[in-house]
Amino acid sequence: MNALTQDTSSQNLASYNFAYLDEQTKRMIRRAILKGIAIPGYQVPFASREMPMPYGWGTGGVQVTAAIIGRDDVLKVIDQGADDTTNAVSIRAFFAKTAGVVTTTATPDATIIQTRHRIPETPLTEGQVLVYQVPIPEPLRFLEPRETETRKMHALEEYGLMHVKLYEDIARNGHIATTYAYPVKVEGRYVMDPSPTPKFDNPKMHRSETLQLFGAGREKRIYAIPPHTEVVSLDFEDHPFEIQHFDQPCAMCGAEQVYLDEVVLDDKGGRMFVCSDTHYCESRRADGHCGALLGDEPGLGAEANTRKEAM
Amino acid sequence: MSLSETLDAPADEIAPAASKPLLSVNQLTRVYGSRIGCADVSFDLWPGEVLAIVGESGSGKTTLLNCISSRMTPTCGTVHYRMRDGASADIYKMAEAERRYLMRTDWGFVHQNPIDGLRMTVSAGANVGERLMAVGNRHYGNIRNTAIEWLSRVEIGEDRVDDQPRTFSGGMRQRLQIARNLVTEPRLVFMDEPTGGLDVSVQARLLDLLRGLVSDLGLAVVVVTHDLAVARLLSDRMIVMKEGRVIEAGLTDRVLDDPRAPYTQLLVSSILQV
Ligand SMILES: [Zn+2]
Repeated sequence: MNALTQDTSSQNLASYNFAYLDEQTKRMIRRAILKGIAIPGYQVPFASREMPMPYGWGTGGVQVTAAIIGRDDVLKVIDQGADDTTNAVSIRAFFAKTAGVVTTTATPDATIIQTRHRIPETPLTEGQVLVYQVPIPEPLRFLEPRETETRKMHALEEYGLMHVKLYEDIARNGHIATTYAYPVKVEGRYVMDPSPTPKFDNPKMHRSETLQLFGAGREKRIYAIPPHTEVVSLDFEDHPFEIQHFDQPCAMCGAEQVYLDEVVLDDKGGRMFVCSDTHYCESRRADGHCGALLGDEPGLGAEANTRKEAM
Repeated sequence: MSLSETLDAPADEIAPAASKPLLSVNQLTRVYGSRIGCADVSFDLWPGEVLAIVGESGSGKTTLLNCISSRMTPTCGTVHYRMRDGASADIYKMAEAERRYLMRTDWGFVHQNPIDGLRMTVSAGANVGERLMAVGNRHYGNIRNTAIEWLSRVEIGEDRVDDQPRTFSGGMRQRLQIARNLVTEPRLVFMDEPTGGLDVSVQARLLDLLRGLVSDLGLAVVVVTHDLAVARLLSDRMIVMKEGRVIEAGLTDRVLDDPRAPYTQLLVSSILQV
């Protein structure tokens, strides 16, 4: 990534195609995306390319974003719910350099949002695209390691194994303990792994107005959920799907019904729970909301900004 | 020797409801290049009947079992199965989805090595419950209770329902594999040396259990074994194979007490010497 940071000369940049990938590769990826949209939840194989970052950094998501991004797009990148982690900052900088696009941390301003885990708390709308970086796309993999067999299971809609996994969860823990990568059935047909999204966000996938694209670089798979698609989390009649509940609001902005991260304050066991979606938390504070920690001193957080990244 | 004379079950043993064979194997042949796996095998299996296929290793009995249980495509010949609606279906002309559904509902397959037939990393309850979940059962409590019931039928205590089979003894694993197959109440079960690899005392107990289940459930069974004692205890009829071909067939007691083919006489006498 260092080669792409601040001091890269404009000559070097000229040797890159728009958004780094060559046009032929982008067309190949777009064909895989279109096929994925046509068959919601189906894993489409694609010829994943080497990207100038290691696997595990979201090369699948980066290739999907590179294939769909245009000059007028506004890009937001999050890791967990945060815009400011190394991974998110690097990917944002990558597209600012290679595509010259405007980047943002503000969810409503973005036309493309690339994410590693979370779906933003601010409801996404028609016209936005959510791109997921996926490490392991195959939901059947953990009980059936043979690729030929899992393909057959998808083709023949043999999904009993998914419930074996949930059964085992209940047998061991008394409840379904899967909290991340919680399997869903898409449009009544394909079982899909939204990995590694927390199950808290599963309901947001259901009939979303936003196009959702999933890219797995190492595993060479792309899949999609088109807008308004039915996405149902698997469960048992006597152990229905539930999202995580937090028994206190965000300590910073007082938000309820949002996904919270635990933050350790000191070595004496002090801790607090704050929004994992940093932009959402900041914009609430900017609007005057405040949680227990901030008392009556709102607006502490940095304001979300949309800017043309310095070249 | 006329095989047809001995291959057809005597008419007075057949109940009217079972007047048509459950499984009809016709001129089944499997070759590997120029080598014969099994050749020109034909027989009918009736509902509730246990057929043993015996022979030494390399006699083609396992190839035959795999071909009739749709695990290996034969070179030529047919296998017809009478579905629950009474219609006869050529199992190699079925759609793959239908055949796989049949295999995990109306059929069972008990492997010699339980590891091949179990999921070693999930609990005994999930192993037994898998078929129920595969056919759409979505009530955890019901699945678990049914699993416990089947575990008790194979003499595995309720307290082991959440344990993984890797903590089980060889005999327990084999009984778990049997329960896992029987939970959907199949009408036909294939068994490949089901007591092979077990201690003699464990073998005897498993055979007793199998015999009881087969008669209680009215199961039809095709069991492959090299052990004539297993054939004697379990089967109504038997087929003796040598070099891929059936050399003798008939009621088990008749074949073992009055073997006609010289090779069968040799087999029977060698077991008597043990
Ligand atoms: Zn907050």
